[in-house]
Amino acid sequence: MAQFGILAFCNTLEHTALNEAIQNYFWIVPTLQTIHILAIATLMIAALMINLRVLGLHGQCEPIGTVINRYSHLIWYALPVLLISGSIMIVGEPARSLTNSAFQQKMLMLIVVIAITVGLQKKWRYNTSYQYADITTRFLAMISLALWVGIVAAGRWIAYA
Amino acid sequence: MNDILILIHGNPIAQTIRENELLFPWVESLHVLAVTLVLGSIALVDLRLIGVRGLNRPISNISKELLPITWMAFLVAAVTGAILFTSNAVSYSQNWYFISKIALLGLAGINMMCFQFIIGKNIDSWNHYQQLPLPARISGAVSLTLWIGIIFCGRLIGFTLEPVFIAIS
Repeated sequence: MAQFGILAFCNTLEHTALNEAIQNYFWIVPTLQTIHILAIATLMIAALMINLRVLGLHGQCEPIGTVINRYSHLIWYALPVLLISGSIMIVGEPARSLTNSAFQQKMLMLIVVIAITVGLQKKWRYNTSYQYADITTRFLAMISLALWVGIVAAGRWIAYA
Repeated sequence: MNDILILIHGNPIAQTIRENELLFPWVESLHVLAVTLVLGSIALVDLRLIGVRGLNRPISNISKELLPITWMAFLVAAVTGAILFTSNAVSYSQNWYFISKIALLGLAGINMMCFQFIIGKNIDSWNHYQQLPLPARISGAVSLTLWIGIIFCGRLIGFTLEPVFIAIS
């Protein structure tokens, strides 16, 4: 039954003006993809700098809280841009996107990594001491990096799945 | 030139990628990952040069923090890019967007050399500056524009690639 729901939703999207515009103007998708990549670049460098600091691999001359405060807003600005550009691309090809297994895995990983990111930032944002991150935090930082890499890979694999 | 391309086309790595369905997407994914890290790190430095972001930090701190990442990511991007190129050398070499991407990369390299050795030679003397001298700001703006262009051209290669059939006698 859920399957019918998704396909009915896709059918609705396929009959929108936006879908028609995307079919007619070939430059829309590459432009959206470029915007999507720029937002990913913003997010990835921020996530990398924060997680490398948590893991004690880069930037140890500053407290974890300082590094988080420097870079975290890049993540939270990039995510809406990714959501909007991604949504427009989905409207262009609703069924192919939403039923794509790589896309679904990407969304699953995204939900998990956002949850981890919120949790970690909440805990460490105000910590301006030079305290070492505990083992749980370091573990979550590694998982977080792995998930972001997985998300980028899954994003590319959408085209092949 | 054609002979060189055919040679590149025929090398073992190229053949492996062409024959293995999974390998190209994985190498490509690694290429995309590396490129996003190059772009992200360079963009943060460029935005400081231009004077849009991070004005409360000295430029030399920001570049020392980020440029090592740029270099490492660029190395991965270049190696994976070369592998991708060899898999379909003749087609890519005739693609306008691929040629543009390489040209823009060259320009970005020249811009970086200009900054490193001429404009930003005494970058440490700028530590107390908020807004940097005009040549530095222009260099940052040029760099950012070129790299966004590189990304855009890179994306368009996939949409415009035409297969070229080679008859090897």
